[in-house]
Amino acid sequence: MEKQIVKKIKDDISIVIGGEAGQGIQTVEKLLTHLFKDAGFNVYATKEYMSRVRGGSNSTEIRVSSFRRNAFVRKIDILIPLDPDSIGHLGRRIDGDTIIFADKDKMSTDKPIIDVPFAKVAQEYGSPIFLNTVAVGLILGILSADREVIERNISSYFSKKGEDIIKKNVSAMNRGYGIAKDFVGPGKLEIDIKKNSAAKNEILISGSEAVSFGAVAGGCNFISAYPMTPSTGVLTTLSRYASEFGIIAEQSEDEISAVNMACGAWYAGARALVCTAGGGFSLMTEGVSLAAMTETPLVINVGMRPAPATGLPTRTEQGDLELVLYAGHGEFPRIVFAPGTIEEAFAITQKAFNLADKYQVPVFILSDQYLADTYYNVPRIEPEHFRNDYYVVETGKGYKRYSFSVNPDGVSPRGVPGGGGLVCADSDEHDEDGRITEDENVRKRMVDKRLGKLRFLSRGVMPPELTGPKEYSALVIGWGSTCGVIKEAIEKTGKKSVSSLHFKQVYPLHPFTAGYLKKAKKIILVENNATGQFGKILKLYTGVDVKNKILKYDGLPFSVEELSEEIEEFL
Amino acid sequence: MENRYDIEGMDIAWCPGCGNFSILKILKSALEDLGIKPEELVVVSGIGQAAKIPQYFKTNYFNGLHGRALPPATAIKAVNPGLTVVAESGEGDMYGEGGNHFIHAIRRNPDITNIVHNNMVYGLTKGQASPTSQPGFRTPVQVDGVFEEPFNPIAVAVAMNASFVARAFAGDQEQTKEIIKKAVRHKGYALVDILQPCVTFNKTNTYQWFKEHTYYLGEDHNASDRTEAFKRAVETEKLPLGLIYSNVSRSVFEANLSVYKGSKEPLASRKTDNAKVLGRVLDTYR
Ligand SMILES: Cc1ncc(C[n+]2csc(CCOP(=O)(O)OP(=O)(O)O)c2C)c(N)n1
Repeated sequence: MEKQIVKKIKDDISIVIGGEAGQGIQTVEKLLTHLFKDAGFNVYATKEYMSRVRGGSNSTEIRVSSFRRNAFVRKIDILIPLDPDSIGHLGRRIDGDTIIFADKDKMSTDKPIIDVPFAKVAQEYGSPIFLNTVAVGLILGILSADREVIERNISSYFSKKGEDIIKKNVSAMNRGYGIAKDFVGPGKLEIDIKKNSAAKNEILISGSEAVSFGAVAGGCNFISAYPMTPSTGVLTTLSRYASEFGIIAEQSEDEISAVNMACGAWYAGARALVCTAGGGFSLMTEGVSLAAMTETPLVINVGMRPAPATGLPTRTEQGDLELVLYAGHGEFPRIVFAPGTIEEAFAITQKAFNLADKYQVPVFILSDQYLADTYYNVPRIEPEHFRNDYYVVETGKGYKRYSFSVNPDGVSPRGVPGGGGLVCADSDEHDEDGRITEDENVRKRMVDKRLGKLRFLSRGVMPPELTGPKEYSALVIGWGSTCGVIKEAIEKTGKKSVSSLHFKQVYPLHPFTAGYLKKAKKIILVENNATGQFGKILKLYTGVDVKNKILKYDGLPFSVEELSEEIEEFL
Repeated sequence: MENRYDIEGMDIAWCPGCGNFSILKILKSALEDLGIKPEELVVVSGIGQAAKIPQYFKTNYFNGLHGRALPPATAIKAVNPGLTVVAESGEGDMYGEGGNHFIHAIRRNPDITNIVHNNMVYGLTKGQASPTSQPGFRTPVQVDGVFEEPFNPIAVAVAMNASFVARAFAGDQEQTKEIIKKAVRHKGYALVDILQPCVTFNKTNTYQWFKEHTYYLGEDHNASDRTEAFKRAVETEKLPLGLIYSNVSRSVFEANLSVYKGSKEPLASRKTDNAKVLGRVLDTYR
């Protein structure tokens, strides 16, 4: 090996693998994250990819840190480009501190490269596929991960592929590991990342999986959806486990069918979920209104991506908040959540099913591509700790689906067909029996009954989460998936009097919201969109007009570095 | 005749002489014959004059959106296969606004009955052309007359190998009742397209016109022969009535769902507590 690396990396390292779609970045990512976790490190991964099945330039960022991290960083400490275009694609993130390991003669760049004969070594195992395993070994070697643990886990990872493949992968990994050893050591590349003894026993699930498993924990037993990035992962996860959990998973002919099926499923006694992205949700809006009028519970996960129209199908944005808030003709209450972490995605989705059932309203879980595709080690979630409440009542003769005698939650008790009474749900304005009516008085009372639910459900709004000193001078506000990056960006500024306020429920707002805002000398709003949609909601419901806005709408998530720089400009 | 589905004192929104009255009567009588309890019946409808039908008799119903009766009907049957599910609307609703669902309901083959009141015109919105309007039919919108090829639901259903395809006429009580009974008894998706005069907005396709332009298939028609059925399906001079095609070999949607592979208990009445299983699945993400 030609040249030595002299560098110290402490507490946090960002490793990026770049390559074409179909080259195996996914495999490398999966292997590395699991191996790091098993070796006792905190690990985080997020990916960005093009809307194509082959070719192009995609990349995955893996962070290994002494502390728990859940934010994207711009810096690249170690880059492994699997194809020559990756270096160009990631060019703006490569600086003098980036160490690039690659087959030098395969790359065309003037950036300094540490030459590693990946292809040649892989060829010794008979196939270029092993290049990925050599790269995995190299990275693990650089972090001096426990070799025995790795060997064991690699074996189990490839266990279905047979002895020969296992042996070759273990050996290829060891070759990579060995290459790394030449660079690591005192006076050379020194990496100091503390382990987290808990990590080993923690789980690695993505935002999509967290929503899916949260749904299961919430008693979801029906999903109807039409594939659309970035929501497809929820449909695939629930389909994959349909038989274990007793779920009906149906790929519908379109989103209109999906939402109408879900309404039918709830009507008949199931707990149904639909997932989609903005475009598909646009098609669902009439169905949202149907759920509202028929007072059928509904849970909808909208995974946001840049729009209008098809936009940037595989990128991220928080552009559909207002769409979701106002979707569906007519006036009716709803609940909108925006989880910011894996744990929140799970817990909020679980809760969503109970709230939908309790108040008979549409409940939204707004996520985005960034959250869907991000994962990091979290303590094993204990589903037993989440309680479900079921609100369906037995019906008898004379049952009135839309009875004006509401229960303490402000709703007419909901029965399902098959009992002693008749359950008549109607999208026309209806009387207490569910029969069509144009009686002005009944109309007015029905509107009041439906809208009245807002008052009841407002009692249980999730409060925003304050991080940092209680007595702050500046307050940085965000919602949904920006949760992790805002916290870390503030930490990076080193400023002591700055706090962050993370909203995981964005509608209705918690009554304390205005108080939080009014306490701050300076408020900074952070949104992954172009118009500051949440800022408009804050103004509408608190009267506070946030002037300082950090908005990003290039299709990428905020990085810790850019956000901390921008926050500092406002301070 | 007294019927357990009757409700007193309904303010019915149909025009005097409307074919919907006879379809309602026929349907109630067919269900009575079949001994189905109102509490175990769900009628799912869309929007339109025809789609108001469940409002006027004793049944559970989900009167949803225009064009969207079939998706909820499919879901309701899947969640509770013990219920008898009928999806019913006009042809504008089922073949126009809901055309995609019509195609895919045939593909899925849920065990539901799909009754379509086909009056060849949009009734509720006051007389525009529908997908089955005949060429030359003039309306305030189709001022020069319809020139499009009418949608042929029977031919489409046979082409898609639907498991039960029938056409009936609202003016023939007995025959239509028998067809509906067969359709409800049939295991799988059953289409009954009922030709129906609209006395207010369709002055062309009247009772008389339907009498003259339809005929009943004879004993010799082999409904399990798809080629034969298709020949009948594309006839337009005189429209054949009766069971045109039936394929009992197709498996039913609900039966293919993994939730019913082990247990036949309706999903609706299961008390599933997945916490333990979920815990085990989460452990695989360690
Ligand atoms: C999304 C939507 N578009 C349009 C309408 C208006 N609309 C109500 S019924 C109907 C068509 C009625 O025709 P058909 O379905 O054949 O039933 P009929 O009234 O003739 O029985 C239309 C266009 C609606 N309710 N919803």
